Amino acid sequence: MLPLSFLLLVAVWHAAIVGSPGSLIPLPLDVVRGVGELLEQGLLVRYVVASLFRVTWGYLAGVFLAIPMGIVIGLSPRLDAALNPIIQILRPISPLAWIPIAILWFGVGDLSAIFLIFLASFFPMVVTSAQAVQQIDPVFLHAGRNFGLTKRRLIHRIVVPAVLPRILVGLRITLGVAWLVVVAAEMIAVSSGLGFLIVDARNAGDRYDLVIAGMVMIGLIGLGLDMAMRRLEQLPSTRWGFAR
Amino acid sequence: MSVPSGQVKVAIRGVTRQFPTDEAAIEVLQDIDLEIREGELVCILGPSGCGKSTLLNIVAGFLEPTRGSVTIDGEPVVGPDRRRIFVFQERGVFPWLTVTGNVAFGLDGLGAAERSERVRHYIDLVGLRGFERAYPHELSGGMKQRLEVARAFAVSPDVLYLDEPFGALDSITRLTMRRELLRLWRAERKTILFVTHDIEESVQIADRVVVLTARPGRVRRIVEIDIAHPRDLSDPRYIELRDAIFAEIGLAHQI
Amino acid sequence: MRRWERFALPLTASACLLAVWSLAVHVTATDIFPSPLAVAQGIGELFRRGILVSYVVDSMRRVAIGFALASLFAIPIGMLCGWSRSINAAVNPLVQALRPISPIAWMPLAVIWFGIGEAAPVFLIFLGGFFPLVLAANNGVRNVPEIHLRAAANFGLSTFATLRRVVFPAAVPNILIGLRISLGVSWLVLVAAEMIAVDSGLGYLIIDARNAGKRYDLVVAGMLLIGTIGLILDSSLRRLERARIFRWGFRG
Repeated sequence: MLPLSFLLLVAVWHAAIVGSPGSLIPLPLDVVRGVGELLEQGLLVRYVVASLFRVTWGYLAGVFLAIPMGIVIGLSPRLDAALNPIIQILRPISPLAWIPIAILWFGVGDLSAIFLIFLASFFPMVVTSAQAVQQIDPVFLHAGRNFGLTKRRLIHRIVVPAVLPRILVGLRITLGVAWLVVVAAEMIAVSSGLGFLIVDARNAGDRYDLVIAGMVMIGLIGLGLDMAMRRLEQLPSTRWGFAR
Repeated sequence: MSVPSGQVKVAIRGVTRQFPTDEAAIEVLQDIDLEIREGELVCILGPSGCGKSTLLNIVAGFLEPTRGSVTIDGEPVVGPDRRRIFVFQERGVFPWLTVTGNVAFGLDGLGAAERSERVRHYIDLVGLRGFERAYPHELSGGMKQRLEVARAFAVSPDVLYLDEPFGALDSITRLTMRRELLRLWRAERKTILFVTHDIEESVQIADRVVVLTARPGRVRRIVEIDIAHPRDLSDPRYIELRDAIFAEIGLAHQI
Repeated sequence: MRRWERFALPLTASACLLAVWSLAVHVTATDIFPSPLAVAQGIGELFRRGILVSYVVDSMRRVAIGFALASLFAIPIGMLCGWSRSINAAVNPLVQALRPISPIAWMPLAVIWFGIGEAAPVFLIFLGGFFPLVLAANNGVRNVPEIHLRAAANFGLSTFATLRRVVFPAAVPNILIGLRISLGVSWLVLVAAEMIAVDSGLGYLIIDARNAGKRYDLVVAGMLLIGTIGLILDSSLRRLERARIFRWGFRG
């Protein structure tokens, strides 16, 4: 079904542009040519790599710090009470609102963008992990303690596998947000990457074929990231969390 | 008869448990005194909300009594212990582990060869052969229940706590499971504390039935079930004991 | 946890954070990064200049319109997709193809279509809220247990009555979660859109305070306002999820 509706979308788009002469929006074919042009100039690969580089490092740093921290917070009601107000205030600040501070601390460049992605990944994952721990069925913890597990082994053998399905869902949603943030950050704060491509193509001569080429690439990569994360959710040892 | 004459294994003395609420503390258990002998199968029977589950959780070390004490082999219970395993309905099997993984859960200390031998033995014993690599969500309720029993038996505990273990099963599976439990119990002679609200179930399996009152739970009566295994459910003695308990709880055995 | 700890712990932790922040500003002797006190004064200044209220109102208005439009379209479309296999087959691939495009990437097109002004950012917010909500409503309807539908058929409900009396209430918990996620995304998109496309609102405040004279006290003040309003929006939807009539959907 996907190819069919996709063809339909492209056909409608084509017809709409042909039917309204003078429109700034390019024809689908122009967009394909635009992609070709970007490829020839080597810009496409360079910008895709730049965007993915920022997302990868910011996301990995955020997630690897957030998950253990969230688990510890989830296990300790005292720590939760102490840190909750701080996290609750910082979490809803759009990562993009940190742009001036990011530039102040890290200058204009990759590090700033990575910092924004880090923020976009860190806070949601801390909250998701802590809540996942707090919602573990106490039966599992009781059973683990009954078999004489030490605190460390309890975390390793009960807590981590029990929260894994929820964490995987959180990781997928967070990666989607991180991808959204990198595009916005590149539009505002740096001069490379797919977000920059879109802004630059428009500002430097209204090249809307390149604007849409950039959007298509953003969509395709976003789709690929989402599908890859969904595949993780199908692992046999985590599928239980999604079975109804 | 079938009442073992071993020495006292579990001693419950003066156990009272209150749960604090906003206004006042609710007393759930009041002055429970009970001794369970080594190798005995004791049923704790009572209506819903009488605190029988709370009592089992106190004996297992998951809850502390407000007053009173529990000792096992003369040692006070201070927390859960791997020598004494609690079987939660089927909810306690770990959904992220296979059947094999669940049965092997408590067998860390053993060598690989002995561990797989034991796992195989208990999977066979509860009739799950062929399902070794299945995950719990692929099993039926009865199979999950047997899996949890196998996981408990595999670590050869000296005491087993079963909290309405067959409550969620259909009546045919429930009968089979009772027979399986009795078979395992006769083979390995564990001490078993079995909580149930099912009068027939208690008379079918127990050496003694401890009848609790409604809240706060107190020991109302202890009934010795002096019928040899395997028990004939049309035996007049069985019917007599069963009806005595029905009467004790205040239910005419009629519909 | 004892009762006093419930208050003492968060207060102590927050006080420590503020103290470390002040100390860091003091020790590094920075004249760019503001101290907590400077931020508080910044908020006061914004208030006195009348900007605070007017920017908050502008931002809230944009989110309200964009989010309301998104709900208006997304919930019925998502529910229809969940209800009818053929509608889903036609619509879902388009949703899946357009969804992963960051809403902000639509900015140049939005400017062509709507010009520079209020409509472009509202359109981006609409996009940000629309896709997650379509998915949530779709899943909500699709996961209505078959037995509920059979019961509805058994009681002789018409299609419309089944939708209204069985499918919609059953899908509400999922839709509420979708609303909360969408609102979060909308809020994120708003800030970006205001930084790029308009000259009022909290996103604009942040970028403007930086560009016009490195007023980082106002930048941080703007961030705190964005955080606080985001928190209020999120917790009011959470409260809705906890409302008694919807509670059944969130157990376990």
